[in-house]
Parts: sequence; C-alpha cells; structure tokens
Amino acid sequence: MELKDLLKDLHEKGLQQISAVDQINKLNEIRVQLLGKKGPLTQALRGMKDLKPDERPEIGALANVIRDDLQNKLDQAKQHLEQEAIQLQLQKEKIDVTLPGNKRKVGTKHVINQVMDDIESLFIGLGYQVVAGPEVEEDHYNFEMMNLPKDHPARDMQDTFYITKETLMRTHTSPVQARTMEQHDFSKGPLKMISPGRVYRRDTDDATHSHQFNQIEGLVVDEHITMADLKGTLELLAQHVFGSDREIRLRPSYFPFTEPSVEVDVSCFNCNGQGCSVCKKTGWIEVLGAGLVHPNVLENAGIDSKIYGGFAFGVGPDRFAMLKYGINDIRDFYLNDVRFLEQFKGE
Amino acid sequence: MKISMKWLAKYVDLPESPQKLAERETVTGIEVDEIIYPAEGLKNIVVGQILTLEAHPDSDHLNICQVAIGEQQPYQIVCGAPNVAEGQKVIVALPGARIVNNQKIKKSKMRGVESRGMLCSLQEIGFNENVVPDEFKDGIYVFPENETITVGESVFPYLGMDDTILNFDATPNRADVLGMRGAAWEVASMYDQKPHFTVPDVPEETEMADSKFTNEVFDNNLAPTYRNRIVTNVKVQPSPLWLQIYLWNNGIKPINNIVDITNYVLLDYGQPLHAYDFDKLGSKKLTVRNAENGETFKALNDNEYELTDQDIVIVNDEQAVSLAGVMGGQSTSIDAQTKTVVLESAVFDSIRVRKTAQRHNLRTEAAARFEKGIDVATTQEALDQAAQLVQTLADGKVLAGQVVGSQTNLEPTIVKITIEQINHALGTNIKQEEIIAIFERLGFTVQVEADILVVTVPLRRWDISIPADLIEEVVRIYGFDKLPSTLPVSTQTVGGYTTQQQFLRNGKTFLRSLGYDEAISYALTTEEKAQAFTVEQSTLTKVDWPMTRDHEYLRLNLVSGLLDDLAYNVARKQTNVALFEQGRVFVKSQSSAVRPTEVEMLAGAITGTVQEQTWETKARLVNFYDVKGDVEQLINSFNKQGRISYQATTSITQLHPGQSALIMMDDQCIGFIGTVHPVYAQQLKLPVTIVFQLNLDKIMALTDQSQIYVPASKFPSITRDVAILVPKNVTNEAIDDTIRQAAGKYLTDIKLFDIYVGTGVPAKYKSMAYSLTFQNKQETLTDAVVNQHFTKVQTALQNILGAKIR
Repeated sequence: MELKDLLKDLHEKGLQQISAVDQINKLNEIRVQLLGKKGPLTQALRGMKDLKPDERPEIGALANVIRDDLQNKLDQAKQHLEQEAIQLQLQKEKIDVTLPGNKRKVGTKHVINQVMDDIESLFIGLGYQVVAGPEVEEDHYNFEMMNLPKDHPARDMQDTFYITKETLMRTHTSPVQARTMEQHDFSKGPLKMISPGRVYRRDTDDATHSHQFNQIEGLVVDEHITMADLKGTLELLAQHVFGSDREIRLRPSYFPFTEPSVEVDVSCFNCNGQGCSVCKKTGWIEVLGAGLVHPNVLENAGIDSKIYGGFAFGVGPDRFAMLKYGINDIRDFYLNDVRFLEQFKGE
Repeated sequence: MKISMKWLAKYVDLPESPQKLAERETVTGIEVDEIIYPAEGLKNIVVGQILTLEAHPDSDHLNICQVAIGEQQPYQIVCGAPNVAEGQKVIVALPGARIVNNQKIKKSKMRGVESRGMLCSLQEIGFNENVVPDEFKDGIYVFPENETITVGESVFPYLGMDDTILNFDATPNRADVLGMRGAAWEVASMYDQKPHFTVPDVPEETEMADSKFTNEVFDNNLAPTYRNRIVTNVKVQPSPLWLQIYLWNNGIKPINNIVDITNYVLLDYGQPLHAYDFDKLGSKKLTVRNAENGETFKALNDNEYELTDQDIVIVNDEQAVSLAGVMGGQSTSIDAQTKTVVLESAVFDSIRVRKTAQRHNLRTEAAARFEKGIDVATTQEALDQAAQLVQTLADGKVLAGQVVGSQTNLEPTIVKITIEQINHALGTNIKQEEIIAIFERLGFTVQVEADILVVTVPLRRWDISIPADLIEEVVRIYGFDKLPSTLPVSTQTVGGYTTQQQFLRNGKTFLRSLGYDEAISYALTTEEKAQAFTVEQSTLTKVDWPMTRDHEYLRLNLVSGLLDDLAYNVARKQTNVALFEQGRVFVKSQSSAVRPTEVEMLAGAITGTVQEQTWETKARLVNFYDVKGDVEQLINSFNKQGRISYQATTSITQLHPGQSALIMMDDQCIGFIGTVHPVYAQQLKLPVTIVFQLNLDKIMALTDQSQIYVPASKFPSITRDVAILVPKNVTNEAIDDTIRQAAGKYLTDIKLFDIYVGTGVPAKYKSMAYSLTFQNKQETLTDAVVNQHFTKVQTALQNILGAKIR
C-alpha cells in the first residue's frame, strides 16, 4: 500500500476507535496507541525517508493534518467523557433540599433583659451612665435618703422585706441613686444615670404581683433641669419602646422623692388611642412614674437644692414586657418555661 | 372617695358631663379610676303598693300580693319575703325587667299561681350587702311612709340610683379630697369657680354645754384639737331618705339618724366625728390620754382589743369609751333609747392613729382620714354642722357652746416663690398674671413683694409647704400638655457600661451562643435550696417576715433555682433544657456583718439531649464532658492569666461524688461542675442533669492575658502519636503533665484521641492514645530533633507513670 493510503487508513481506523471509546482511561490508551512513539502514525512517518523528495511535502502535510485531527478528536472525546462523568456524578449527588436542616441551638435572652437592654441602650446613647448597687440595702439609703423618714405613711405603700431593723431587700433602685448622688463631683459635670436591677416587695405572687421584679430608674441632676426636659426624655423613651408614633400624657401624682410628681401614660399601641380592653377604654396606658427631684432628696445627699435640680423616673421592665408582648401573668417571667423563653427572639 | 355628682352639684356648677369631668380631673389633679352608674343594666323597676295579701294555698311562706303599679289593674305577684305586708310601698320588677346580674324577670307561675313580676330587695337591684340597712337585709325593701313616693314611677330617683358616682383615687398627699367640700374645691378650681358652701347656723338653748359636761386633753400632741357639743332630747329614728342615699352611694350603711349624721359630716367635711350616749357615759367628763398597756376596750364591732400605751383612748371616769380616731366603744353607743348625745369633733395624732389602726387591724373611714391628715380649720364648723342636723333631724336641743379641750393653731401656711423659680423648674415662660390667676383659682391669696410672690395657702391644703409644692399646683392647672418637650442641655457626658458590667454581659452572650436559654430565678428561696451547691462556708441571710416558706432565705447559689426551672420544664414534657442564669448570691462570712456580700455568679444546668434525633443523626444525651467543654470555652473567652485545672471533689453533697470537680484557676477555686447526685435528681424528678457555677467576681479580678498578635508560623509542624497502657486510676491530667514536662519547648499541642478498655488490655488498665504536635516557629523542625524529644516523652511516661508504650 502506498504510504498515502496507509495514512488515510490509519486516520479512518483511528477515528473509529475514538468514537467507540466510552471511558477516559481507554481514551489515554488509544492516544498512546495512535500518536505515541511506537504508534502506527510515527511508524508510518518513518517511511518518509523512502519517498521521493518531491513527494515528501505533500505526505508530510497530510500526516500533520491527520495527526492534528486525531489529536483534536481525542481532546473532544475527552472533554465529552469528562462532562458526562460530571453530569453522572451530579445526578447521583442530587438531594432533597426540602429535608430539614441540622440546627445548632442558639439560646435566647430573657425577655425582661431584652426590654432592659433596649432601654439601657437608649440612655447610654443619651450619655447616661449605668450604675448598679446592692440588692440588700440599708434602710437609710432605701428610705430615709429618699425623703421617707421612719414614720412616713408612704412606707406602707411598698411593703418591705426587712432583714434586720436597718437592712432590707431594696424596694426600688432609688438607693443606687442616693449612693451615686452622695459621691458625685459636680465640678466634673452633671449627673446622668440609670440604675437597672432587681427589687423586692412583700407581695403575694399572683398574675399582677411578684415579690421580685425589676426596675430601671433614671436620674439627671444639674443646674438647669426642667419638667420640659423630663417630658422630652420620657417621650423618647415611650417612642423607643412602644413605637415612634406614640404620644405621652403626664398626670399629677405623688411620690415622696419627687415634687412635682407625675404618672406617665402612653397612648394605647393596641387601639391607637381609640379605647380597647388593653387600655380599659381610656386610650391611655399607665407606664411609669416620674417627677422633679424633691429638694429634701438633694439636700440629704449633700447637694445644694438652691443651685441644683433634677428629674427622676422609674420604669418597670416587667410591666413594659407584659404590655409590649401581651403577657398577662407576671409569674411567667420567673418560671423559665422554655416554651415561654424561646418565643422572644430579640436581642 | 366616691364623689356623688348630685352632692357635688350642690357646691359647684358642673358645666360638663361626668365623663368629661373625670377625664379633666384625671389629668389635672386626682385620678378618677371608675365612673359608677348605679342603675346601669337595670330596667322596668317601679314603685308598687301592696293592696292586699293572702297566703299561698300550697306554701307555708309564699304570699299572693295584689300590687298597684299605677295601671288600672293591680298586678298579682307572689312573694316569699318575710317582711311583706299590706299597704307597703315596695320595689317591683315588672315582667320584662332586668335586675342585678342582668337577670330577666318574666311572667311565671309559682306553685300554680300566676305571678307578674317580682318584689325586690335592695341587693336584687344591685346594692352591696354592706350598705343595706339592717332591717331590710333579709327581705324586700320598703319605702318609708313619711316620704313622698309615687306608685308606678321608676324607683331609681327615689333611691338615688339616678346619680353618677366618680371614684376619686386620691394619692396619699391629696387627702383633702376625702371630703365632699375638699373635692368641691378641687373641681371648682379646675373650672375656675369658687364653690358655694352654706355655713351651719346652730339654734342653741340657753343652757350652757359646759355646765353639764367637761373634757380634758392630757397631752395636746395626742389631740391637738378636741371639741364636744351636747344635744339633749334627741329622738333616735331612721334618717330621711336623702341622707340615707348620700351614705349608701358612698359605701356607708345607714344605721340611725344620729350615727348617720356623724357619717354624713365625715363625708362632707372629711372630719370624722363620734357620738356618745351621754347617759351611758356615767360621767360628765371625757378625757383624752394614752391607753395603758394591757387595758382592754370593747369596740362597736363587738370585738375586744388589748391596748398598748401607743394607743390613744377617750375615757370616762372608769374605762376607755373610744379608741381615738379609729372606732367608738360598745358601752356608750347610740341606740333607740338614747336621749342625750355627746358629739365629738377632734384632730388626733396621725402617726398614732395609723399605727393603732395597723396594730389592731381596724381600717375604718375615720382612721383612713386621721392618718393622712384632715382640714384642721373646719373641726369646729363640722361639729356645728352635726349639731344643727341633730337638731333638725332628731328634734334635739343643742346646748350653748362647744366644750373645748384643746385647739390647734389655725395660722395658714405662707410659701414664697418667684416667677423665675417656677419657669426655671418647668422649662416654661408663664407670665406673672397667669401664675397669680392660677393660685387664686385654687383659693390661695397672693401678695407681690418685688419679684417675690408671697402665697398664703389655706389649711385645707396641708400638703403644700415648700416652693416645689406650689410649682406642682401651677403646672397641673396650667396643663402638662402645654409643656414643651426638650432634652437636658448641659456639659456632654459619656454613657456606657463599665468594664464590670461589660464582663457580666459577655459571659451571658457566650452561653447563649452555646445554646443555653437565659433564666431569671428568685433570689429568695427555702433554707435547704439557699445553701445547696455551695463550696465556701457562709451564714444564711433570712428575711424577717417572709410571705411564704418558699421565699425566706437569700440564695447562696444559682444552681438550685435553675434545677427548679428544669424540673418545671421536665414535668411539662420539655425534656431537653439548657438554662443559665447570671445573678447574685448573698454571702455572709460572719453572722455579725451588716449586709451580706453580693457576689456575681454565672451558672448553668442542662438535661436531656445535646443532639436531638434527626433524620440523619442519632440522639445523644448530655454528659459531663459536653458541659465541661462549654465551661472550658466560656472560661477561655474571659481571656484571663492562670492555669485552669479540674479537681475531683466530693465536697458538694448535691453532686455525684464521682462526677464533680472544683474548677481551679491556679490555686483559687473559681467554681464547680458536676452531675447532679442521682438521689437528689430523683427528688426533683429530673433525669441526668449536669450543672456548673462560676464566681464571676473572682474571675473578673484576675489579670487579663495580653493580646498581641502572633503571626501564623510559616514552618511546618510535625505530629507523633503515642499509645500507652496505664492503670485505670492514672488521670489524664497526670499524663498530660508528664508529657508537657518531658516534651521540650517545641511541643505546641497535646490531643487525647482514644481511650480503650477491653480485649487486649489487661484488667485494671486502660489504653490512652495521644497525638503530640511539635513546631519550631523560627525554622523547620527536623525529624531527628522531634524524635529526640518524643523519646524523652516515652521514657518519662514509662518511668514516672509506669506506662507501657503500645
């Protein structure tokens, strides 16, 4: 056979072999077989030296074309087989994406602390320090410094767990304010503080009473503090906690440690002030007590009430949480039922 | 205080509906927490008159009554009340009527006899049992014969049920509205009016009261004012209906005209009065003094009280006849035979009265007023008012003059204030005229001296004594709604958490990220729970007067509370629970300490699975090492200097003695971890439960590890594994220590990767396999160097621990 025909034959057979291959490793064998040093194409080209010099370019060119073509076809076949393999693998690996995911459990913050942290963050932003104090207090700080001398009738308003005659479970976080006022150096600027923490009252636990609950009291003392400042601050607080379209209403009230004293109502977030069961048809919900610091309280802490004045307010995070989330039994906060705790997803 | 709108209307012109008045009053002065319409929900209830009466043939207690109700034909109504009689004017609920509790009255047959409606008691038309006069308590109500009552008309106006009643929920400082006159001043000032009161005019006999009777006050502090009047020839009988209505609408039961008058004056002036039967007194003198310890007193309520020298009593010659300011005595009470009455109008020491009322648990209307203070300016007038009423309603003869045992100073209070002071406190710019107008509306008089307002406050507003009190009056009348809303303008201050506060929060955040829910438990608990799970000795702190045994002692640990929470959950089929609490325990090193030391703790408790069963994972119950891993990571997050170790302990009796450890930071115990003792767990009905507690105050006090960046080393590390056979009692810690001491400076990590007991391992032995990692951060380590160190490790394990290298 002529070399030319031999090459053509090789080409044809090669192509047949390639198209018949269905595995990548076989494809490599064929590559070696066809194009390797010992392969027929190489062998055939070795016969070039026997050709006439004028035939050589034509045959040479033909051989190159055939080699390139085979090479291309081999590459294509490889690519094709690789893709097939991938497709096959992907098909095998198909999963049911609707099966449930494997969840790692994340704990929840207690809802009361969610409310407290939320309020604390507001006041920290307004430049208040956060101050803690003892839960077992002296009568002196809990009552006397707060303008509640021993025989004051308002002491009956907050029945107290006494430990000894002079020590007790604090009934509010006001003693923290008393302690801080005593220490504060007004030459270094005003006093702006909140005191969050647990407090205790001698109450029988029921849906609306708990012998242990929480408070955040706020206090600002400086030379030019006004009732209008109190109103503006509490407006911010109400809107921060209950929504930006809330309004507040101040009503006269009485606390021994403030004068004037006010109760603060927020427009009902349930009915928007129209009147519903949440607000007992009044359109307003009582949320906190506040007032201008009583001059006796300032003087008791060694602050000149002729120069300095201040405002104070007291918030019940338990009550806030109850209102905000529609919780109707305060005891739920302290049972720590996970079905309760895990409902509150906030930070 | 219940405010009758009809009574109020006698003193003030009311321009608005009761609802509007209530809303306005709530934001101006006194919170109105209830509006009562006595006839609300009732209908078709009219006056009837019983024409004839015959016994029901088939009953021993029913009567068949023919009742006129203003129609042509009388109604036949069967009635079972014992006091029904011919001629009576009574309350008739007609067929179709609604009576109390929304009960509907229908035409019916009672034992075969037709009955068209029902004759009613006061309770059946909504009266509280407490205010129903005794004679009508167990039967139907019968209108008094001497009143003009028209048959067929609605009963509501005749019984005062067409009134509207506002409940004034006065704060303790505003006891001035605990009388109608005080309330009238309050409402009038709101409407910029002056209330109109009539001054009592007492027609007196010529005989002088003090010729028949004297009084004496031992100590004016006990009774700063003490006055009596004597009225003779009284006729004790029921009060006229108008007076009874005022009382029962105010929650007070009508008794007889004399007692009713004292109660009426109490409601009108807020001045408690008392009436004694002069003849029963047996003496012609009343004396106010301290009671003697052990002295006994029989009160009007039939109870006998043993008094102390802190109680104030009024005595005749022999015994206490009244517990001053609280309750009168049985022995001198007014009854149908009383002829001469001694009326008493006084002011008693408020603190003494409060304590007496508390001590004897006698919370009376009188005590409620004396303890909050009363208007001392009207003590005398109130007595005159009572005398005048006794004269008109009981035909009494009032002897001349009041008998005065003591009389307090009646100077009004003067408070000075400036306009600047007011506006500075309120953040307003209210003009002087407006401020003066506000004071005058309140009935205060104002004199202007330069820039100072000299405000004279009448005695009826005894709550006002300092400028801040006046500022409150100004702002409430001016209107809180008109105040601007501003924020304090002052030197900038920096807000934020302290390092300590941030530290406490970090621990909580970390545990949440590990899957623990945050709990809040009670700090007050039982004696047993308070002192369970404690490492250090401490005295317990107990509240003096607990509400219940469950909340009596201050806790010394947080774990007990968490276990209660776990038990609560498990009992409700919530079996996989991981909780933590951050809070304080109350440690007292010696019982003499004034206050316990409050220590910040962080504790956790976990029961159930760490891995729930899913479609691809098996469930796995929590064990000691799961929780230990959490604790190790938690402590690591605190980034403190020192070496942590876990020391097996049997000292905490509520923990499993073989599965509990003290957590040591160098030589200091900073907490514990352990499995709850199976017996203790069983008591709480808890399955396997692991707990831990860390003392955050101790940890916080440790030095922080400095945080300086170390670049990741470019040089490769080499690992070598070693498996050894050691006796079972050799601890991981001992092996770890031995390896560390022998391995040289290039050892960077030791990992225990296998523990094996069983085939191929002799009894009482275990096989432990460790992977050691070596690295030189400066250059590539050679095998030769590593081998050299690794050989030392193997030798040490053999020599020190008697280990066999496998």
